[in-house]
Amino acid sequence: MKAAVITFPGSNCDYDMYYALHDEFGIETTIIPATTTDLSAYDAIFLPGGFSYGDYLRTGAIARFSPVMDALITANQQGKIIVGICNGFQILTEAGLLPGALQTNIQPGFICDETGLTIANATTTFTNAFETPTIKLPIAHGEGNYYVDEAQLAELQGNNQILFAYTDNPNGSVANIAGVMNKAGNVFGMMPHPERAVDELLGNTDGRAFFQSILASLATHLEVSNV
Amino acid sequence: MYLAKIYVTYKPSILDPKGETVKDALHRMEYADVQDVVMGKYFEIKLDNSDVNQVAKEVEAFSQQLLINVNMEVFRYELEKIEG
Repeated sequence: MKAAVITFPGSNCDYDMYYALHDEFGIETTIIPATTTDLSAYDAIFLPGGFSYGDYLRTGAIARFSPVMDALITANQQGKIIVGICNGFQILTEAGLLPGALQTNIQPGFICDETGLTIANATTTFTNAFETPTIKLPIAHGEGNYYVDEAQLAELQGNNQILFAYTDNPNGSVANIAGVMNKAGNVFGMMPHPERAVDELLGNTDGRAFFQSILASLATHLEVSNV
Repeated sequence: MYLAKIYVTYKPSILDPKGETVKDALHRMEYADVQDVVMGKYFEIKLDNSDVNQVAKEVEAFSQQLLINVNMEVFRYELEKIEG
């Protein structure tokens, strides 16, 4: 598996993601700038957390027009794995690769905490290795309040696209949604940070199963492709 | 040359936490008659183009594409003819 972590001007969790992928799981990982126009060398593409383009205008709104986004849309059409964490999730919704939008937390302020999550669908590319129904992950965001209208919510629920739900809904998200997948099952975004919970040193290893899920899915997928 | 004044606000169905917080502050300041606060964004964009129809078309297009998130926000605008 070859992974890319895209750095936008203002990304600040790119090295956290690199560390998790490369140092913890031994994945061949490259950090690439948002000016890149070719992602054909990678099997999985990660959009990290941070404040792309200073979050000017709206979170993720300007990043969505970065040169790399055309290549990302091509990668999506090829069914490659695309993951957006926090600001990366906001960028994926702005780009229309995931439904909905992220707005200001319902209570004023930036939340930096640990939150409880339930695994709402444990049979996906991103969740198949989770062995417990609830986990804890760090969160750090000011605009994590996920919004979809009623029709979109019904569609997400009907297709089992909601993968993680908050146990205490710290930001006011619709239906406690913390992470959603696209209909095709290859694009995923979440506000919590699994990459910050992969090592005993960090005091939390609940994020490891997220990366193990992707590795397991990709191994199966690559085997099938090579037949 | 035209100056486009563009106002972006949340759709009425979307909770506006910033507007609500400002409203609470105004109530604490004892402006009890304050009913509602809408907090939005304001843009002034100059376009070097003398065709007002084309300017309107552009403003509408780029507002939809970039200035607003169509899931949550709406916009309105005014065009003012200015000296180049």
